[in-house]
Amino acid sequence: MEILMSILIGVLITAGTYLVMSRSLLRIILGTSVIGHGALLLLLTTAGLKEGAPPITNIEALTYADPLPQALILTAIVINFATTGFFLVLAYRAYKELGTDDMDKLRGIDDE
Amino acid sequence: MNNIIILLLLIPLLTGVLLIFLRNRISAQRWLSILSLLAVGVIAAIIIQRVLNEGTMTLDLGGWEPPYGIVLVADMFAMLLVFTTVIVGICCLLYGFRTIGEEREKFYFYTFVQFLLVGVMGSFLTGDLFNLFVFFEVMLLSSYVLIALGGKKVQLRESIKYVLVNIVSSMLFLIAIAYLYGMLGTLNFAHMAIRVSEAGQDGLLTTVAIFLMLVFAIKAALLMYFWLPGSYGAPPMAIAALFAALLTKVGIYSIFRLFSVVFPHQPEITHQLLAWLGILTMIIGAIGAVAHWSLRKILAYNVVVAVGFMIAGFAVFTTTAIAGSVFYLIHDMFVKALLFILGGIMIGLTGTDKLREMSGMIRNHASLGWMFFIAALALAGVPPLSGFIGKLLVLQGAIGEGFYIIAAVGLITSLMVLYSVVKIFINGFWGENQLTVEDEKMSTKGTLLPSAILTVIVIGMGLGAEFVNVYIMEAAEVINNPSLYIDAVMPNGE
Repeated sequence: MEILMSILIGVLITAGTYLVMSRSLLRIILGTSVIGHGALLLLLTTAGLKEGAPPITNIEALTYADPLPQALILTAIVINFATTGFFLVLAYRAYKELGTDDMDKLRGIDDE
Repeated sequence: MNNIIILLLLIPLLTGVLLIFLRNRISAQRWLSILSLLAVGVIAAIIIQRVLNEGTMTLDLGGWEPPYGIVLVADMFAMLLVFTTVIVGICCLLYGFRTIGEEREKFYFYTFVQFLLVGVMGSFLTGDLFNLFVFFEVMLLSSYVLIALGGKKVQLRESIKYVLVNIVSSMLFLIAIAYLYGMLGTLNFAHMAIRVSEAGQDGLLTTVAIFLMLVFAIKAALLMYFWLPGSYGAPPMAIAALFAALLTKVGIYSIFRLFSVVFPHQPEITHQLLAWLGILTMIIGAIGAVAHWSLRKILAYNVVVAVGFMIAGFAVFTTTAIAGSVFYLIHDMFVKALLFILGGIMIGLTGTDKLREMSGMIRNHASLGWMFFIAALALAGVPPLSGFIGKLLVLQGAIGEGFYIIAAVGLITSLMVLYSVVKIFINGFWGENQLTVEDEKMSTKGTLLPSAILTVIVIGMGLGAEFVNVYIMEAAEVINNPSLYIDAVMPNGE
């Protein structure tokens, strides 16, 4: 299972990186989102995947899943959602204001 | 008992929320935001005195003892930075009152300044790596809004790059946290430190440590400074001053904390790397500062030079050098805010940030000119101003340990920094006065107060170094002797 997850994470981060390198702003935003999913899955995987164990319900439980990674991921998902939402709005505003979503044309010049 | 620590975060957070409901009542917003920061300042001063007398204070949130809960740690180093943050925040707000404009004030400028300060102070106080990530995001999200607020073309363009760089580095931060949690099974600084020293810092851990260093290097503009000059040049100077004084410092603080408490065991790799990063950053920043003729760009590159100097000082890793770095860190927060505010007034008066189009401002604005001169000297480290002691201690430490390159580069870049700011002074204040009072784009009324406060602090920190040193030495002691920190957080061991 861990190996499958590692491959999936690798694919996600590769695809995300490829998208971030592209010129279109929308693809870049999608890329950051995909990288984010890869990072979250990595957090889940490195903490150890267990099958069939419930979270801690009583102290005597012999086997249980670690609840902390879930808590961390939940927090990170919320943050990821907020930043992606903000980034999309910012990109839309910039597109309307500047008339382009091509990163090459957003390079900027000193004199305006 | 120690619950007072949480007030440092709660007051600005609740004030920020309250300000949302006072959208159209601008004077109420101004008063509330200043009052909130004054209250935080007083509380911070009280905590600093208690920390000086009784040692590090900690607060286990929700009553969960570490390592199970999140812990806030108020040691001297963190508290000094919190106190500095508050003062810088007050001065930038005072400057913002006059210059930020009604449009931005109505669209929650004050709210986001409060949230930004929550993020900055939370990052200084937290004792948990994931919580540090969360406070980083609080700070960054507010800074995204502040940098884009107003929606001018240059702001939108630069904010896209700023947001992108920071989102990617936050993802790297998350990946580093994932690796560390997988290896150590904990994210509490003190608990991680115990486990690392028990298990030994092997190659894998050092690699992850360097990965984390990369993350903070992007945030602190250490060598990876490419995003900084553009994005600090876009927003109004009141916001740029806040950013220059605070944002990169959070990254520097994180490097100081992590590589003194958690990963101090292989200095021949990690600290050596930090030293070289610092040296390169100083050189590149100084070249940038000398090369540009735009006021905003010169000031932005000066931020980069200072980052390099502090990290190089930390990398020497002796008591003297660390004390020097801490002193310089606090000095730099004040002096960068001062320089950006003064630069903002100059840009506001002339309506341009091109040095070649300014001249002779000393005739109508003598006090502005002299304050800029003092700030320039302090930045370069001329005695008896505040930059001198920090530089002296770092150089003493570096030479004592045989880091001659750091000492040499530090001295040469100081001269280049001095040249770059004196260039602003000469072009802006000397020469023929082309600007009559009627032609000026804004009045300096009310903007000189925050600059005067900061100038007095910069002079006072230099002249009163004996007094300040008591606190700085205490702060450096905690960095130098991480067992103090670990014992304060986890008094009963693991």
